[in-house]
Amino acid sequence: MLKLVVVNLFRNPLRTFLTMASVAVALFLFCALGGILDTLQEAIKVGSESRLVTRNKISLVQWLPMAYQQRIAAVPGVKRVAVQQWFGGQDPADTKGFFAQFAVDDTWYGIYGKDFELAEASPAESPGAIPDGADPRLAAYFQEQTACVVGQKLMLKKGWKLGQTITLAGTIFPGSWPFTIRAVYHAKKKSFGDETLFFHYKYLNEKGLGGFGAVGTYVLELNDPSQASAITHAIDSQFENAAPATLTETEQAFQAGFVSMYGNIPFVLRVIGLAIVFSILLIAANTMMTSIRERTSEVGVLKTLGFTDGAVFGMVVTEAAVITLGGGLLGALGAKLLVSGASMPGGFFPPMSVYWGTVLTGIAIAVAIGAVSGLVPAVQASRLRIVDALRRVE
Amino acid sequence: MASVDVRNVVKVYRRQTEELRVLDGLTLAIPDGSFVALMGPSGSGKTTLLNLIGGVDQPTSGDLEVDGTNIARMNGAALARWRSRSIGYVFQLYNLIPVLTAQENVELPLLLVRMSAAERRKRAQTALGLVGLGDRLKHYPRQLSGGQEQRVAIARAIVSDPKVLLADEPTGDLDRKSAEEVLTLLERLNREFKKTIVMVTHDPHAAERATKQYHLDKGVLSN
Repeated sequence: MLKLVVVNLFRNPLRTFLTMASVAVALFLFCALGGILDTLQEAIKVGSESRLVTRNKISLVQWLPMAYQQRIAAVPGVKRVAVQQWFGGQDPADTKGFFAQFAVDDTWYGIYGKDFELAEASPAESPGAIPDGADPRLAAYFQEQTACVVGQKLMLKKGWKLGQTITLAGTIFPGSWPFTIRAVYHAKKKSFGDETLFFHYKYLNEKGLGGFGAVGTYVLELNDPSQASAITHAIDSQFENAAPATLTETEQAFQAGFVSMYGNIPFVLRVIGLAIVFSILLIAANTMMTSIRERTSEVGVLKTLGFTDGAVFGMVVTEAAVITLGGGLLGALGAKLLVSGASMPGGFFPPMSVYWGTVLTGIAIAVAIGAVSGLVPAVQASRLRIVDALRRVE
Repeated sequence: MASVDVRNVVKVYRRQTEELRVLDGLTLAIPDGSFVALMGPSGSGKTTLLNLIGGVDQPTSGDLEVDGTNIARMNGAALARWRSRSIGYVFQLYNLIPVLTAQENVELPLLLVRMSAAERRKRAQTALGLVGLGDRLKHYPRQLSGGQEQRVAIARAIVSDPKVLLADEPTGDLDRKSAEEVLTLLERLNREFKKTIVMVTHDPHAAERATKQYHLDKGVLSN
């Protein structure tokens, strides 16, 4: 029986190839779109349940005073507090090549020390103080106000070298901003991303804020993560009647909120994905129906020889499933291989991920398309009366 | 003993409100091992009778016993299994599967029985050897002449060793020489292998090769 399915697949190789290719392209798109959803999900994972983020209660773009850092640090259960400020600079040589930049204080490297490792670093001229938990090889960085730490992938993309001085044009903080690359990092967690530039907050504060000390977000490390809820309440209560008030949440909730700013894009992507799947279903069904219609008399012959309606049904459905499963495997695995690791537009997100769950969903959809597209012609072929199929009634 | 026993068979086709009575209470007994020709004008019901005997269609009423089995009321799946065991069918237009070689075409009926691939191959080669095409095993239908195609079709019909062979105008699409070869082959299958053969034909010359001729007219036997 399988032999018959195989020869029928190669009966019209071009048609089989084109149908398989159209299923492959559709499933590639479906999985690539699914990859965007997976990447948004991955972005949420950047956050840790054991870290808290405090920001302005009104909006993420409103600042908090620098003076809050010590008051937050004084809340029982808070181990240490780091400063993190979005910079938003542009590379004048590549204004469309957006990437994320953050101004952070020294404590930040201690808090995030386990999320990344240094691939290379400039040697320090003299030993200096290293924050608890930070890599000692960052000494040269800590000693130089204009130093920066750059992700390995961004280095490759931009062609930058360790020790090189690069200049960014500020958009939020106008002016020309020279930085010297003193370390290159590699993310231990994929979700941390390898395409971000970190530099000294004190450099930003002095050059861009005139020493005013405004901060976008504070990142808090806790002594006991199980106390997060109580600590959150304690911090926000403390600033409830202050100007500005604060909003404290787990880092994961903060990331989820950031991702949610993309609004209905996940919904739109799902709708587009389903539309692609539905259109390919119609194409596959049409192909199968044409293919079976061309073989009507052969179906009659097979039945005359003793092939049951069920056997004919099975052969047609199998034929359709092989075409769509072949295309589905190509498309879904192709998306996994080609899309995974690619950069998401916008620079906010970690490298693109296509979860195996998305790939398996794509393959399952391919099988379902095969079954559904083969169903109508299979039912028609199985119900076909031999005398009608042979087209001879005397 | 009758290999084919048709008793008072009626076949009515319904097209919308119109009823077409193709066979009208036909009774016919074909003895085991005979070679019968069914003749008659177009629309007389020859092919319909052949289809009923072969179990590819069912009578509206009446009884039909073939090779000891009453097939008049058999359901679809059982009828299909019975066909694969008991009937060999030869079509006017050969109806070979174009993407299969001669040997693969002949192997088709054997796919329905539990048999090793080697045994299947061996039986197909034997059947093709019997019809004189032992040297055309790997040829596709398009690489064969009409006469050769029909002989492959006959090999396919006999490969599962059915007792009854049904041939619907087996020489209708062949030149005289090829037609002679096919008729000689059918004669041999009847004489040497004791196959009961029922052949529909318009050709009186072909009908003469049968041991008995029946004439149908408007759904009833006229002789």
